[in-house]
Amino acid sequence: MLALETIELTKNYRLGFWRNRVKRALDRLNLRVEAGEVFGLLGPNGAGKTTTLKLLFRLIFPTSGTARILGKPLDDLSVRSRVAYLPENPAFYDHLTAQEFLIYVTSLFGLPAAEQRRRPAELIDQLGLSSSRNIPLRKFSKGMIQRLGIAQALINDPDVVFLDEPMSGLDPIGRREVREVILRLKERRKTVFFSTHILSDAETLCDRVAVLNHGGLQGCGELNNILRMGVSSTELVLEGPSPEVMTELVPHVSSVIRTGERVRLEIPEESDVQRALEIILRGRTKLISVNPVKRSLEDYFLQKVGATE
Amino acid sequence: MRVATIAVHTFKESVRQKVLYNLVAFALLLIGASVLFGSISVGVEQIILITLGLTSISAFGLLIAIFIGIDLVSKEIEHRTIYNILSKPVTRMEFILGKYLGLLLTLLVNTAIMTAGFYAALFYQKRSLGLRDLVFLGAVYFILLQLAIVVGVAVVFSCISTPVLSAVYTFCIYVIGNFSAGLRAFGQGTQSALLGTVSDALYYTLPNFADFNVISQVAHSQSIPGYLWIGNSCYALLYITILLGLAILIFEEREFR
Repeated sequence: MLALETIELTKNYRLGFWRNRVKRALDRLNLRVEAGEVFGLLGPNGAGKTTTLKLLFRLIFPTSGTARILGKPLDDLSVRSRVAYLPENPAFYDHLTAQEFLIYVTSLFGLPAAEQRRRPAELIDQLGLSSSRNIPLRKFSKGMIQRLGIAQALINDPDVVFLDEPMSGLDPIGRREVREVILRLKERRKTVFFSTHILSDAETLCDRVAVLNHGGLQGCGELNNILRMGVSSTELVLEGPSPEVMTELVPHVSSVIRTGERVRLEIPEESDVQRALEIILRGRTKLISVNPVKRSLEDYFLQKVGATE
Repeated sequence: MRVATIAVHTFKESVRQKVLYNLVAFALLLIGASVLFGSISVGVEQIILITLGLTSISAFGLLIAIFIGIDLVSKEIEHRTIYNILSKPVTRMEFILGKYLGLLLTLLVNTAIMTAGFYAALFYQKRSLGLRDLVFLGAVYFILLQLAIVVGVAVVFSCISTPVLSAVYTFCIYVIGNFSAGLRAFGQGTQSALLGTVSDALYYTLPNFADFNVISQVAHSQSIPGYLWIGNSCYALLYITILLGLAILIFEEREFR
């Protein structure tokens, strides 16, 4: 079953005093997200990522097109019991404590009374907020707020989790914690749909990604396929090569970087790698490493975004 | 169930607001002071106490209704806390109803506190209370009906405007509502047909609070006519239904960019 499907989803905003200028924030988005996968929606600022998520939760309404979550239309309230949403830079009620807020959220799902007590306590412990459970939220740090946001998103044990820039503003420890949460969801075969402009996170977590820019879908595909598109070069790291060996190698390499005794060579042609290895072995040079330099998600992203600039 | 959850949450949020305590404290102070004002004029102590006391309940209740009512929806939108609520299985209608009922509960509790203060002041002055003093509860009930309508107006404006403008509009409608009969008479008394039509339109569309103010009657030991109980209750119920319906309609179409 598809966790999410958007069909020609479009959003225009009317701007200006007379509302006579039209800005297209999302242009005929067609996406399909399978159940159980981690899907990354990438794009620079203003690409339409948050617009997409807000449309899915009917915080704003589409100009045209439709979308379905778990096979149901967006205005079907029953689906909200099975999905979760974490907005970008979430805000909660300052006067409540973490426990009080989560109990409030739990009660909105109509869960049994026992669950309304158990679930918040469980999530507070899971997300490392145990020592802060009774502190008012106005005293929470950015990272704590984000973790609480994830806790409120998981309160109903959703099948599909939508996260808008979940790593935004987090320090490396916070980002690792969020990554671990997403990986745990993946292990439990939950669908995770998250938007980000931090490509390294997407590269670590996603099964598939889509790239948005200026409201339009620029590309979409499985991460493995994207990264497999051409090994751009091969990197060899040597230690203490003799001048004779270097002289033989130079015609085959595109760059040479020296760091102390170590020399990093980049060989663009795959066919030259074998020849270079023969030269190195014949010259009894110490070979530290041989690594293919793969196309990164950043390369893919810049290629797609650059095409529309 | 979700309406009740939101209502209770709204009530708990409202009672944590410091402005509420200040207003209630001032109201109780004024009620207490009315005992002293009454002693200035012999023979009318009770009338002064009742008039001032009930007017304080009305005035401070109005301030509470406006100050908290205007923020009911707009604050959630401004702080983006509304995203968390509307992404849950909560309809926009349930949200508005919950917010309204929560504030109504806040007003009920605060009015009860001020009424208790009023009766304490009355007991201090009269040295005893009897069944006849229950008539003042009727005046308080009508004050509550008025405030319930004012909160409805505040909720409508909270859905479409900023807090400051919402406060101004709500207050203006309250004032017009108390003088609507005079406004209509003014319009009908002029030569201008347009002015007459406009004043008539305002008279029939804006809330009419003329019959809700029975403070003077109860202060002069007159009973509240039976038809007013039923009439005011039905009027308030109908008007609140229309206001909430309007608020829900507006809110259903509202986008949160």
